[in-house]
Amino acid sequence: MKFIDEYQDNKLAKGLAYKITQRSTKTVRLMEFCGGHTHAILRYGIRQLVPKTVEMKSGPGCPVCVTATADLDKAIALAHLPDVIITTFGDMIRVPGSYSSLQQAKAEGADIRIVYSTIDAVEIAKANPGKSVIFIGIGFETTAPTIAASILKAQKEKMENFHVLSLNKLTPPVMKALLDSGEVKLDGIVGPGHVSVIIGSHPYEFIPQDYGVACVISGFEPLDILLCIDKLVEQIEKGEPKVEIAYPRGVKPEGNRKAWQLMEDVFEIGEANWRGIGIVPRSGLKVKGKYEQFDADKAFSVSPKPPREPKGCRCGDVIRGAATPVECKLFRKVCTPERPVGPCMVSSEGACAAYYQYGTPENLQGF
Amino acid sequence: MTPFGLYYGLTWAKIQEAMCLAVPVKIVSIDGDEAETEIAGVRRRVSIALTPEAKVGDYVLLHTGYAIGVIDEAEAEETLKLLEEIASLSEVH
Amino acid sequence: MDDSILLAHGSGGKLSHELVEKKFLPFLANPALNKLDDSAIFEASGRLAFTTDSHVVDPIFFPGGDIGKLAVCGTVNDLAMNGAKPLYLSLSVIIEEGFLLSEVERIVQSIKKAAEEAEVSIIAGDTKVVNRGQADKLFLTTSGVGIIPPGVDISGANARAGDKVLLSGTIGDHGIAIMSQREGLRFAMTLESDCAPLNKLVSQLLEVSSRIHCLRDPTRGGLATTLNELARQSKVGIAVEEARIPVKEEVKAACELLGLDPICVANEGKMVAIADAADADKILAQMGKNSYGRDAAIIGEVINEHPGKVVMKTKLGPSRIVDMLSGELLPRIC
Repeated sequence: MKFIDEYQDNKLAKGLAYKITQRSTKTVRLMEFCGGHTHAILRYGIRQLVPKTVEMKSGPGCPVCVTATADLDKAIALAHLPDVIITTFGDMIRVPGSYSSLQQAKAEGADIRIVYSTIDAVEIAKANPGKSVIFIGIGFETTAPTIAASILKAQKEKMENFHVLSLNKLTPPVMKALLDSGEVKLDGIVGPGHVSVIIGSHPYEFIPQDYGVACVISGFEPLDILLCIDKLVEQIEKGEPKVEIAYPRGVKPEGNRKAWQLMEDVFEIGEANWRGIGIVPRSGLKVKGKYEQFDADKAFSVSPKPPREPKGCRCGDVIRGAATPVECKLFRKVCTPERPVGPCMVSSEGACAAYYQYGTPENLQGF
Repeated sequence: MTPFGLYYGLTWAKIQEAMCLAVPVKIVSIDGDEAETEIAGVRRRVSIALTPEAKVGDYVLLHTGYAIGVIDEAEAEETLKLLEEIASLSEVH
Repeated sequence: MDDSILLAHGSGGKLSHELVEKKFLPFLANPALNKLDDSAIFEASGRLAFTTDSHVVDPIFFPGGDIGKLAVCGTVNDLAMNGAKPLYLSLSVIIEEGFLLSEVERIVQSIKKAAEEAEVSIIAGDTKVVNRGQADKLFLTTSGVGIIPPGVDISGANARAGDKVLLSGTIGDHGIAIMSQREGLRFAMTLESDCAPLNKLVSQLLEVSSRIHCLRDPTRGGLATTLNELARQSKVGIAVEEARIPVKEEVKAACELLGLDPICVANEGKMVAIADAADADKILAQMGKNSYGRDAAIIGEVINEHPGKVVMKTKLGPSRIVDMLSGELLPRIC
């Protein structure tokens, strides 16, 4: 497969691993923002290729994981409304809310359908004119333009039964919040490749400028990640942090202007509630007034009971990079993919799910 | 009658819509704001609403049914060249 | 006859008899079945193997096969995986009112063809009909009996450190072929399910080696689940290499699109064989001579370390754990 296979080459990987090992003289603490990166790193054994001086922590880049329990409870409550069809990306349905889950709601009779794309959600709305279709809009800047496009399409076709529950979140503000908190000391950030296809590289300039932290944007194949680590190590060794694109085949500095236009037309920026972090100002997207007929928050009113977090779950700590999944007492013993306690074990991009599925450096010793 | 067909999605618990991930696919034909794309023999229809500049023959990054960006093939080549250089330097040692 | 199944077709009366006589018997005819007694009578002596399976695959007709072919191959393969020569199958059908008779016939034809290839006979059967909405089109249950040749001892518990792990061909074909038909995914490909009866291949392997310890077909849950099952049953570790596992390009591409790992995707015409290292090469050669073993490969070995666990050396070099599939990857795949 073109643009995939070439970036999995064994020989080139060894070359990069060697270079990083030669270059790295001091400990560097890196955070990969994206859940997709966490999975790729574990799936391809990247940690075994880089020297021990490179420490990697996973960050809050898992849309399902960072959705606040209160927001999930709201989605579940919406699912129980009469004549409502909930459409959602797959992982959401198994995440435990305070008292239930979307999966449980479905078993109780709610009409909940997994979709691969917002296009499917719009088509379901077209096929069911007597019902209200609500799309649970999670995701970052990669997904937000697709949601904006779906609202514009619904408007163009004069649809009255398509709504979006906008839980979309923005990447740079939460990075700032994490850096401000100082909870986890970082030297470099592995920037999210596909978010950056949309937003470009300029929005990350504050990271080296205000915090002295290096930021290199990475693709998702193993060579992309190794190249990113190489550039981060280089910057940190030189003491010259900056924003760099290690994924130039996908990311341009200015991003995707058309996608931006759509987002700016449909959404406005507001605060957002991040699991494990709390309210982060100007980090969420809300549907603008001119499209309010598509805003699920305006069209429906539900009052779920006050949220409660699962006992003992350390998802919040894992999301902030303050703990690894193995440090959670529930990991593997109580919390498994079959019986997840928190979203990090459910989501295909959750750190806990990745550690569970691919093993950890600890239990791979001696192989 | 319950339309069984429409509920399969519910138990696709492990399908990774992979919110971070996008797959490189090649555009084989364009029809308005949709395109027929192909990757290693698998064809899929995608929306090019976000990449109106895409042309037949371009490779695009596919994410949840939309092309989110056109792949810069020249940059891809440059990256591979760089990686080859790095690999050959490491062999010298 | 009308063109769809009516409730009366399952009531045991005239229409039921007509259904059996017109849609099943002509294609599956054999002396035992033709008698239409309450049970089929046959003689067999030696160690017998017996298995049963239900089939609820959706869609019923898919590229490379249908529920009928799947049912026969599934049961035949279950028997073959213990080294048994499959002999007889039973076939129970539950049909939803309104299902087309022409499609019943199409499925029965498929069953006939698969049974002929596998050289088995369907000697007992049953049909029931339920109200519209109480079953999804058609469900099948097959049971099968086979005879194990003397001296053959193949079991998931027999793997030993030092054995080689072989795979008879490309993985992920069936699951992906099914997925391509499911709503909401909208992708087209020429890939077909690999659904096939493997009993003849197994006999051919037994001809060249008496040191095959385990055979298993990686159906639901894929190769990952099967390897883990064998590791646990035999209380050994298994180490495989990703680069050696054969996967078709189309399957890789579909897996990229869907975010699936080919080693977790179902197969219906492949098997894992674990055998003494000394015989591995000739078993591999013998597999290659059969069209169902065309892409066979030695993918790994059995080791003493980490019993019960499976480890895979990734394309890049480092190793990672391969876990059993958890949760439901793809519902109604078989």
